[in-house]
Amino acid sequence: MSIPTQLKYTKSHEWVKSESDGTVTIGITQHAQELLGDMVFVELPEIGRTLAQKEECAVVESVKAAADIYSPIAGEVVAVNSELESAPEQINQDPYQAWIFKLKPANAADLANLLDAQGYEKTLESEEH
Amino acid sequence: MLKITPLNQTHRDMNAKMVDFGGWDMPLHYGSQLEEHHKVRQDAGMFDVSHMRVVDIHGENARNFLRQLVANNVDKLTVSGKALYTCMLNPDGGIIDDLIIYFLSESWFRLVVNAGTADKDIAWITSQRDKTTPNLEIKPRHDLAMIAVQGPNARAKVWQVIPGTQAVTENLKQFQSATFEQYFIARTGYTGEDGFEIILPANDAVDFWKKLHAAGVAPAGLGARDTLRLEAGMNLYGQDMDETTNPLESGLAWTVDLKSERDFIGKQALLQATIRRQLIGLLLLDKGVLRSHQKVITQHDQAGNEGEITSGGFSPTLNQSIALARLSTEVAIGEEVHVLVRDKKLAAKVVKYPFVRNGQILI
Repeated sequence: MSIPTQLKYTKSHEWVKSESDGTVTIGITQHAQELLGDMVFVELPEIGRTLAQKEECAVVESVKAAADIYSPIAGEVVAVNSELESAPEQINQDPYQAWIFKLKPANAADLANLLDAQGYEKTLESEEH
Repeated sequence: MLKITPLNQTHRDMNAKMVDFGGWDMPLHYGSQLEEHHKVRQDAGMFDVSHMRVVDIHGENARNFLRQLVANNVDKLTVSGKALYTCMLNPDGGIIDDLIIYFLSESWFRLVVNAGTADKDIAWITSQRDKTTPNLEIKPRHDLAMIAVQGPNARAKVWQVIPGTQAVTENLKQFQSATFEQYFIARTGYTGEDGFEIILPANDAVDFWKKLHAAGVAPAGLGARDTLRLEAGMNLYGQDMDETTNPLESGLAWTVDLKSERDFIGKQALLQATIRRQLIGLLLLDKGVLRSHQKVITQHDQAGNEGEITSGGFSPTLNQSIALARLSTEVAIGEEVHVLVRDKKLAAKVVKYPFVRNGQILI
């Protein structure tokens, strides 16, 4: 499975994309959507909510289970992808396009602590063993 | 080491996502659980249910033995091939398992029991046999496989794949079975759709599965099996009922014969029981997904009698979440209740199940 190299990752299977305006966009990885199976419901965070790093802030529910989404870094929610409320299957179809929310980071330097594609791939390998 | 069915490699070859289901390595889905669900409702799908255990009972007093072993009355079985759904109870009225009993002859009845309970069931049945009817033979059939073909076009697909079966099975009513060559074919299922459950020699399972697939029958996994049976309002052992619950509080009063003189294990306990809870359907009005073990708040709640979801999930046919819940017997159809989902109280309506049968939404 190919892991996009331009994104950052967490061990809890979120991807993080740095935008040119200084915000970050967050979704879940291909591996996460495969594990969960068909998505049927997404609970989005409230715009304006301040999140700590690793704080539970959204929920994706598949036919199989509910999974918490954790904020990869501290920051303020500035946008949510409300399309997912009526079309949660977009996460299955293209997990790297179907973003969940955008954050304005409290401290842009926190991004450096996230995994790169290679580091995330190693996480997946260790999960399999 | 997980147990495997004769179709294990075939599932893997078809890209199944495999899961540990009660010690069995079984397919969860083959790509999309939702597509498999819709395929069964609209056309035809097939499930490997070889993990379920066929147990044949041979001997002269088989019927008499079963009269006292199970809660439904095997005297309803008068025509060879006829099937009966029943619970097997412990002396306290708790459900040891739910099973189907086929009447083949006065000296041969066939039981089909759940995978996760099979060893426990066989031990229990054997201990009862030893007490009352020592010359009966109890024969678990590890040499057999079982494939459920379900959906509006399921029977026609089976007829196409095994020429000769149509003549033997087209007049079967629900809960009847017939034998054709090496195939034992029953018009039963766990989806709320028409179809067959077919018991066959383990060695023939792969070939039969591949022929069905070539005829356009979609493989379907345990995931779709669960959403289909939930929509059909069929209980799942271990979730909607177990040894701590009795059939009267599990929506299964219709399977218990308390009228006849016949005594059976658990009968006295059921006659003396005070039933304070019922199994009932919920339709989620708010957005979200109901799951088993979520608490249900009703206006009738009393200490020690709080409501709980026993099976919940997303209904692909309704495009909405549904559940079976065990609630106070005072709760009535149409009432609004609340379900605790994470930190929220979501509104749900109490409905009569089944939710879906034969492709039709019933609520």
